[in-house]
Amino acid sequence: MIASCTTAMNWRFFRRSPGVDMRRDVAVTTLPLDEGDLRALLQSACGDVGAVATFTGVVSGRGEQAGVSGLELEHYPGMTEAALHRIVDDCERRWPLQAAIVWHRVGLMSPGESIVFVGVASRHRDAAFDACRFIMDCLKTDAPFWKKEHTDQGGVWVSARQSDTLAREKWNPSENTEGDTA
Amino acid sequence: MVPAAFGGAIKMTVDVLFFARIREQLGRSAWQVMADGQTIAALVDGWVAEHGDAWAVLQQADVRCALNQVIVSRDCIVHDGDELAFFPPVTGG
Repeated sequence: MIASCTTAMNWRFFRRSPGVDMRRDVAVTTLPLDEGDLRALLQSACGDVGAVATFTGVVSGRGEQAGVSGLELEHYPGMTEAALHRIVDDCERRWPLQAAIVWHRVGLMSPGESIVFVGVASRHRDAAFDACRFIMDCLKTDAPFWKKEHTDQGGVWVSARQSDTLAREKWNPSENTEGDTA
Repeated sequence: MVPAAFGGAIKMTVDVLFFARIREQLGRSAWQVMADGQTIAALVDGWVAEHGDAWAVLQQADVRCALNQVIVSRDCIVHDGDELAFFPPVTGG
C-alpha cells in the first residue's frame, strides 16, 4: 500500500497568506485523500472557529458511462497549483475565512475513492458554506485537470459540462471564465 | 535569447505542451519549436500546413491555449523562451 495521507501531511503545514490572517493548504497529490486527516488539519489550523464546511468529490462507478472501473486524472503541473491558489486568493477577498484547504488527487483511482477535498473555516456559517461552494465551482472551470473514465471497453475522456460553466458564472456574472477566453 | 558575443548559440525556442485528449491525438506531450514574434494562431496554421490534418485538432474552437501558464487568446504573440500549452476544456473536481 502506498503512503497514507497522514504520511504526506506530516511534513506539510499551513502557510499564512501575505497580509491576511488566514491559513491555507493547497496540494495536488497522487496519494489517497483521507477526509478525517484533512478535516483534523483544518481544525488544528484555525482553533476557535464557529463554522467548518467541507466538500469531498468521490469517484462514481457511474459517470458519463456505466460500469466505470477506474478514473484517471491528468493535470498541468505548475499551472494547476497556481490556479488553485488564485481561487483561494479570490475566496479570501470575498469572505472572512480563518483557514482553507484544497487538496486534489491525480493519477489513477477507483470508484469510492476521493478525488478532491475542500474545507473552509470561518466564524460564520454563511461564509463557510458559500466559500466552500465557491472554491468548488471555480475549480471545476478554472483549474487544469482532465478526467478519463475507464471501463472494460477502454478509456474515454470526460466532457466539460455547461452546468459547471453556469455555476461558475453565477459568482462573476460579468467576468470571462476560463471557458470563454480561448 | 543568448547573445552570440557571449559564446551562446542564438536560439528562439518555445516549449509546447499538449494535455489530455490533445496529447493523445497528436501522440506527444511536449515539443520544442523555433518561434519568436508570431501569434499562436499563425504558429498553429503553420504546423497544420507542415504536419498534416491531424494537427487541425489544435484549431478546434474548444481547445484552450495557455501562454506561460495563463489562459490566453490565439492572437497573443509567442516569444523566445515561452511555454505554450494546448488542452481541452477542463473537467476536474
